[in-house]
Amino acid sequence: MKYNEKNSKEQLHGKGEAAALKAIVWIAGIVTMAVLIFLILYILINGLPHIKPSLFSIHYNSQNVSLFPAMINTLTMVGLSILFAGPIGIFSAVYLAEYAKRGSKFVAFIRLTSETLTGIPSIIFGIFGMLMFVDALHMGYSLLAGALTLALMILPVIMRATEEALHAVPDSYREGSFGLGAGKLRTIFKIVLPAAAPGILAGVILGIGRVVGETAALIYTAGTVAQIPKNVMGSGRTLAVHMYSLWTEGMNVDQSYATAVILLVVVIVLNFISDAIAKRVNKVNE
Amino acid sequence: MNKSKHPGQAKEKAMQVVFAACACIAIIAVFLICIFLFANGLPGMAKIGFGKFLTGTIWRPANNLYGILPMIVASIEVTIGALVIGIVIGVLTAVFLAFFCPEPLYKVLKPGINLLAGIPSVVYGFFGLQVIVPMIRNSAGGAGLSMLAACIILGIMILPTIITMSETALRAVPTSYYEGALGLGSTHERSVFRVVVPAAKSGIFAGIILGVGRAIGETMAVIMIAGNQAVMPHSLFAGVRTMTANIVLEMGYATDLHRQALIATAVVLFVFILIINICFSIVKNKGDKQ
Repeated sequence: MKYNEKNSKEQLHGKGEAAALKAIVWIAGIVTMAVLIFLILYILINGLPHIKPSLFSIHYNSQNVSLFPAMINTLTMVGLSILFAGPIGIFSAVYLAEYAKRGSKFVAFIRLTSETLTGIPSIIFGIFGMLMFVDALHMGYSLLAGALTLALMILPVIMRATEEALHAVPDSYREGSFGLGAGKLRTIFKIVLPAAAPGILAGVILGIGRVVGETAALIYTAGTVAQIPKNVMGSGRTLAVHMYSLWTEGMNVDQSYATAVILLVVVIVLNFISDAIAKRVNKVNE
Repeated sequence: MNKSKHPGQAKEKAMQVVFAACACIAIIAVFLICIFLFANGLPGMAKIGFGKFLTGTIWRPANNLYGILPMIVASIEVTIGALVIGIVIGVLTAVFLAFFCPEPLYKVLKPGINLLAGIPSVVYGFFGLQVIVPMIRNSAGGAGLSMLAACIILGIMILPTIITMSETALRAVPTSYYEGALGLGSTHERSVFRVVVPAAKSGIFAGIILGVGRAIGETMAVIMIAGNQAVMPHSLFAGVRTMTANIVLEMGYATDLHRQALIATAVVLFVFILIINICFSIVKNKGDKQ
């Protein structure tokens, strides 16, 4: 009798604890979701009404705070930085996945440095870019200096995604190609890289997302001029830098909202694409 | 690609060298970053005096006073505040995602968290300025631009890092652990919290360290909402200036020693980040061995 009582009390206690833990965990999940939904809806609802045709005029001036030049500069910045980081990142990954001996010290060192690069905050990249590209190499504030800085920032992202994609390509592909008499180089370019393309693309898209959202690394490398420069040696602000500049100028809340909406939509679309690619990759691998 | 139609030994070798050279760029980049930062930052620091620079409490470039202790303290305190929010909500959300979340909800929430990681920091800063700052201003008085605002926004910003790393760690724990606990009569909740979470602790810890790195290095969001007063932080509701904010705010017009002092601030931040990176590697390697 006594034993039973104690037992049922303990069970009751266990149930209470279980219910409490469950509640806490659910609350945390709901808080995260609420923050996410609130943030996105808040920006969209407040920002969408401010998107007007005048924001897309070719020239920026104090009467018409056009964000069109910033959009074009953002595209240029994305193109340039991917142009630099894409091939280098992919080739590095090819070396790591296809050539290097597993467990070699050199490979471990490359991994360590690329992990270090991942952890360096963008403002440090910005200061480095300013010291090296803007000052030491005399590029001045320019899209090129900004793009080179960002290329270093997204290099580890592309490297890692490509390496994972290459490792996911079954060895039978390579063996088949070798068996048919193809050399290693031909096998890599004609068989392995095409098979890994979706995974590589997902990495590149991640990189694009970082370039689009970057501010701190660009203020002192690409500068904050609100026009489309004649060439890549000119200074120009991207959309994210545009938003920061609007804040330092201390007005134009409406235009900031509009810029935030555009940035948010771009990020949502990029995420959507990379998710879709990742899902396809997973399905193929299964 | 067309060239590879006639593959020769020389071409194979040449391309191998090209691949290896590309792989070296990551190494070169890290070295260049170290060299440029230290070479440009240390002389200034030496001129000011290492002790004066690191422990001085007054930052007044006009009077040649360059003490960055207030900024160091602010960076650390803001990071700790962000961690409180990030760890509590982040780790619990990771547990929720791994063991409690219904499948349909997971399909929405998981991409949502990835999206949270992709939102630019200026947008977070702007959101903080429009929502969090007025909230603090109305409830606590003052300007609202405060350490608390920075903690809240940074807490939200490091959520995806902590959630993703923790969830991966939780899912990597062998199911036999969980099943064993269930078999011994524990409830689902108890098994998760008493057995699976402790087993995943090194992975969760690694995620938290990554979060620390992200919080201490964050610039744009903090600049917009923390108030940026270069004084010792004395209250959650007072404005503070972090190291990152100090660099961006003044670099635009700084010259000579002032500029060197700002680069030296970047060096101090960089050293913090290197220490955090090393901690991360150690914890991660320990976790991998387990």
